[in-house]
Amino acid sequence: MDSSISINKLSKVYGKTSVLREVDLQVAGGEVFGLIGPSGSGKTTLVKMIVGIDSPSGGTVDVLGKRVPNLSLLQDIGYMAQSDALYPELTGRENLSFFASLYKMKKTVLKERIAYAADLVQLTNELGKKVSAYSGGMKRRLSLAIALVHDPQILILDEPTVGIDPELRLSIWRELMLLKREQGKTIIVTTHVMDEAEKCDRIAMVREGGILAAGTPEELKLAYGAADLEGVFLQAGRNAR
Amino acid sequence: MRVLVLIKRIMLQLLRDKRTMALLFFAPLIVLTLMYFFFNGDNDNPQLGVVGGNEQLVAALENASIDVVSYDEADDQTIIADELDGLLEISEGDFQITLENNDPSTSRALLMQVTQAASMQAGAGAPASIDAEYIYGDAETEFFDVLGPILVGFFVFFFVFLISGIGLLKERVSGTLERLLATPIRRWEIVLAYLTGFGIFAIIQTIIVVFYSIQVLDMVMVGQVWHVIVVNLMLALVALSLGILLSTFASSEFQMVQFIPIVVVPQIFFAGIIPLEGMADWLQNVSRIMPLYYAADALKAIMYRGEGLADVSGNLLALAAFAAVFIFLNIIALKRSRKL
Repeated sequence: MDSSISINKLSKVYGKTSVLREVDLQVAGGEVFGLIGPSGSGKTTLVKMIVGIDSPSGGTVDVLGKRVPNLSLLQDIGYMAQSDALYPELTGRENLSFFASLYKMKKTVLKERIAYAADLVQLTNELGKKVSAYSGGMKRRLSLAIALVHDPQILILDEPTVGIDPELRLSIWRELMLLKREQGKTIIVTTHVMDEAEKCDRIAMVREGGILAAGTPEELKLAYGAADLEGVFLQAGRNAR
Repeated sequence: MRVLVLIKRIMLQLLRDKRTMALLFFAPLIVLTLMYFFFNGDNDNPQLGVVGGNEQLVAALENASIDVVSYDEADDQTIIADELDGLLEISEGDFQITLENNDPSTSRALLMQVTQAASMQAGAGAPASIDAEYIYGDAETEFFDVLGPILVGFFVFFFVFLISGIGLLKERVSGTLERLLATPIRRWEIVLAYLTGFGIFAIIQTIIVVFYSIQVLDMVMVGQVWHVIVVNLMLALVALSLGILLSTFASSEFQMVQFIPIVVVPQIFFAGIIPLEGMADWLQNVSRIMPLYYAADALKAIMYRGEGLADVSGNLLALAAFAAVFIFLNIIALKRSRKL
């Protein structure tokens, strides 16, 4: 499999604190890649640099063979931020169509995509409501719809299922798997929930700005002799010390 | 195309925010009206003492809503003691008026009305002008007339600054700006869209404020209305770009409001409400970096002295330079978030 995202010795320093230390990472095209780690470990900084909205202190990121940052590349990336970046004064539909209109898309395609994305996150009937009247879960779902409305090749989702009830979480994961299977999308997901990590094709365990271990969940469990990923995480953390 | 989409969203967002809309369009009118009443407190008929006037003249004066008090003999002390607004003395066809001038606008109106009444009454042989003396100040003191143009400029500056600054700040704080930068939009497109989106509201506000000041508050307006609007629009552009720029250095709405005493209030003092001529050189030089100084100067020239745009081109150029610098800095400032 060709490498869809290639990260080379990426580091980020804010003042004196080092948020990322020489991270190397390869993500193949068409896989669901999980970045697992506690909050503050540098996951968000890492994904922001893949999108190109934060600049590295050192190292490089290449996405689809192009060096980040690259404006034309943003057409191929769907980004869902950790905090819901929505306009509360506008309705769900207005939010969705605003962001969609920033991408190169035909009018007819745009309409179809909006309907598709809204349906995927089960918000079709709520699109007329102002976002200020949305619940936390609905906002999260709308953010997800916005991330994939322009049909990007790569989806980068920062904690997509926080605050979403288990039923919907399951259905979102089902849809992510479907996107991967049927449309060959590359999906990067950050999470701190271990059972979500199990669903990823490959995962990287992030702690204190470094990657402790990377591989398929099965590989990792085997390598660390742990029954579950939680055990892997603890073991990898101890080894790192 | 992307700029249009962004402009549409900005406008839609603002239209939904009724309170902000009210602040933008009506607050300046309310404050201006208050100022108007403060500076033109005496709205009663002016009291004029007349010495040696005939019945026709008195009738003509009373027709002009002047309360006439006839005296056989009077002087400056009479004016003060009887709280008259003025004293008209006529001897052998010579008109001599003494104005109390405690309130310059009353004096001005009174002098004009007396001149008119005297001209009508005297017919063809009317005095070309009436010799006027003042107890306080002189013919040049017309406070609200001077203040008016400055206030118009100030309110346009203040409200546009505040609302545009908080507009972009909200976008920064809520993370939507970052989200926006994760789309293929260019930095200049964002700045342009913000300038245009808020600019349209600034244009509407400017037109409302200018027309209200001239039509309703009867502010002195010797020059052309559209010249006033042009100057105010330039000022609005400066306020817009400065507001957006300063929002970069604020992390909350409260911090944005904190810029008001630092950035906005000093401008009032340097705008000419207090005459700058007598001030220390360094203070006068400070005024040169205040956008409102140039706008107020231009507005005063147009509204009060009846000059045209050509006469204030230097001021307009200065405003354009401010706007250009702020816009450029805005595009640079967005670099903090995304390099491209």
